[in-house]
Amino acid sequence: MQLIKNGSFVQDEWTTLADDEALPASGPVIVSLERFNTEQNLLLAREGKLGIRLKSGQEPTPIAPYLDRLALVALEFPTYRNGRAYSYARMLRDRFGFKGEVRAVGGVLRDQFFYMSRVGFDALEVDDNITPEAYADAVSTFTEVYQPSADGRERVMSLRQRLAAKAGQHA
Amino acid sequence: MYRYDQFDQQLVDERVTEFSGQVARRLSGELAEDDFKPLRLMNGVYLQLHSYMLRIAIPYGTLSSRQVRKLAEIERVYDKGYGHFTTRQNLQLHWPALKDVPAILRELASVEMHCIQTSGNCIRNTTSDHHAGAVPGELEDPRVICEIIRQWSTFHPEFSYLPRKFKIAVSATEHDRAAIRIHDIGVQVVTNAAGEIGYEVWVGGGLGRTPIIGKKIADFVPREDLLAYLESILRVYNMFGRRDNSYKARIKILVHEIGAEDMRRQVEAEFAEVKTRGVLQLPDDEVARIEKYFAAPAWEDLSDDVPEIDALAAKDKGFAEWLRNNVSAHKVPGYSIVNVSLKPIGLTPGDCSADQMDVLADIADKYAFSEIRVAHEQNLCLAHVRKRDLHEVYQALNASELATPNIGLITDQIACPGLDYCNLANARSIVIAQRLSERFSDIEFQKKIGRLHVNMSGCINACGHHHVGHIGILGVDKKGVEYYQVTLGGAADETAAVGDIVGPAFTEGEIIDAIDTIVETYLGLRQDGEIFIDTYRRVGVQPFKDKLYATH
Repeated sequence: MQLIKNGSFVQDEWTTLADDEALPASGPVIVSLERFNTEQNLLLAREGKLGIRLKSGQEPTPIAPYLDRLALVALEFPTYRNGRAYSYARMLRDRFGFKGEVRAVGGVLRDQFFYMSRVGFDALEVDDNITPEAYADAVSTFTEVYQPSADGRERVMSLRQRLAAKAGQHA
Repeated sequence: MYRYDQFDQQLVDERVTEFSGQVARRLSGELAEDDFKPLRLMNGVYLQLHSYMLRIAIPYGTLSSRQVRKLAEIERVYDKGYGHFTTRQNLQLHWPALKDVPAILRELASVEMHCIQTSGNCIRNTTSDHHAGAVPGELEDPRVICEIIRQWSTFHPEFSYLPRKFKIAVSATEHDRAAIRIHDIGVQVVTNAAGEIGYEVWVGGGLGRTPIIGKKIADFVPREDLLAYLESILRVYNMFGRRDNSYKARIKILVHEIGAEDMRRQVEAEFAEVKTRGVLQLPDDEVARIEKYFAAPAWEDLSDDVPEIDALAAKDKGFAEWLRNNVSAHKVPGYSIVNVSLKPIGLTPGDCSADQMDVLADIADKYAFSEIRVAHEQNLCLAHVRKRDLHEVYQALNASELATPNIGLITDQIACPGLDYCNLANARSIVIAQRLSERFSDIEFQKKIGRLHVNMSGCINACGHHHVGHIGILGVDKKGVEYYQVTLGGAADETAAVGDIVGPAFTEGEIIDAIDTIVETYLGLRQDGEIFIDTYRRVGVQPFKDKLYATH
């Protein structure tokens, strides 16, 4: 596995803890929602950054009150076909204004990077065979987009309006 | 019709480049078939029994003559010289080689066409009324909102890996020719008390293993909010639709399990959130820009009475028959809608040869503002033809076997490709459709029977819409033998209903006689002015059961 963060291949500073694994004294850790629910006070009081990993079917609304104390939310794709987390990522960004890392883990295909980057994922755990060139290629497939999403890109409809307005000024 | 601007063209071109790269990775062996599958399935490439199949999107069933000529050329160069029109107004090529698909896509892109989202668990081609813009009583041209939906749904980053495929249809007249109630979302154009245009929204219709008629969850969504409302439905579905079993993954199952009221509540809650952000509102000037493309052609000021056509009809029986049965009323005096039958007696429903397509393109250029429509019943349509040209149009169509006067009659069957092509099928559909067509070929008898929709599917996936045929035929496999199950009383229009299973299935040898028995039973029971479905609704399934199983 490799980690791509904001488009760069980086070392992963996070440790994903199993539910029965001892909590290290410091350092950034990712825990399951179940563990967060049972050890919330301990986890929030601890030194070091905290992340929560949500499974498919665990939509993010219940963790919304804690988001300002989280540095990361990891969203699982049990298979590449299961696209629930696209909506979860979008909600985290658009609805709850989450500014921390939103990480895609599990079934993450090269041909999905573009969609993932649009809905608010800024970190992707990808297969070792993914090269920086393949990544750059995948996210730049389309120059323009038809719909607004969490990436804040201007949709074609507004581009057209701006072009029309500009043409109007020159006329 | 709509024309691409620089943005639309660029997106389609970039998609060609992307998919060409994916095909190259497959052909070089870098991608195994298993890894390639999700990619080809986002672009209408299926692996069927004998070869790949390529499904070409025809947004809301509207084509220009230029596009039709290009499709004919593609059929000749890359396929076997014909294509198959589907119940979702698309065109399927059944014999392309994978290595040629990038070239086909480039050809398509050169006439503003593509295969984007014609398969896969994403939002599919938005379909509509093939009489759009021509039919009396329409509130607005439904293709305007269809085009807006097309753009919004194209490469939607959040909704490209849905639990299952997702189909949207739009109708703008009270009589529903787009079958909106059997779609995941059906949009009905309506007006409110203030006379403003808005949309009624139906959700959770669908056929397949579990046929369900959609439920209305919104009475009036203002035009500027429609995309926000659709996005809300899709988000609820994407998050809560079942993913544990692909047979239970369509939105109809979610709506069925939680109930229409709960669905409405969840969508409304989501809608309130989406609306707050305001980013999906439709700007008036963008709607106006798209509306311009669908502006009415320059009508001539014509009389609706055309005595020379009446005189020709009196002399030419074939023409009179065609006129009576295949030509529909137009909203403008002196014009007609010409329905083109792709159901010649004894041939494959929905197939159209490259030569026929060229003929159609020529006719459309000369007589029909260069526009050709696809109907979900797998027929074609010339939406605006001057009445005084009808005889010439008839002769040109007739010379190419495109004037069979059977629109809406028993031989105008919907049929999926079935076991002759499809690896999902349990039984052949085409041969049954052909035999049925031959049995009832006598036009006088067809007229006597009246409007009767026979729909046929080769398996439970119901691509041939058998559940909503007045008579439905479903191919099933029993220990390696093809059997045919019959349903009665289905309908796909505003009176949409799922047909009732009549009883045990029939063998290939029995099925045509069984249909004959059903027809004879109906003719014996019908009262004045009734068509089959009226009689069926009055008498129910029992008299048909009695006749069918008494003789077996």
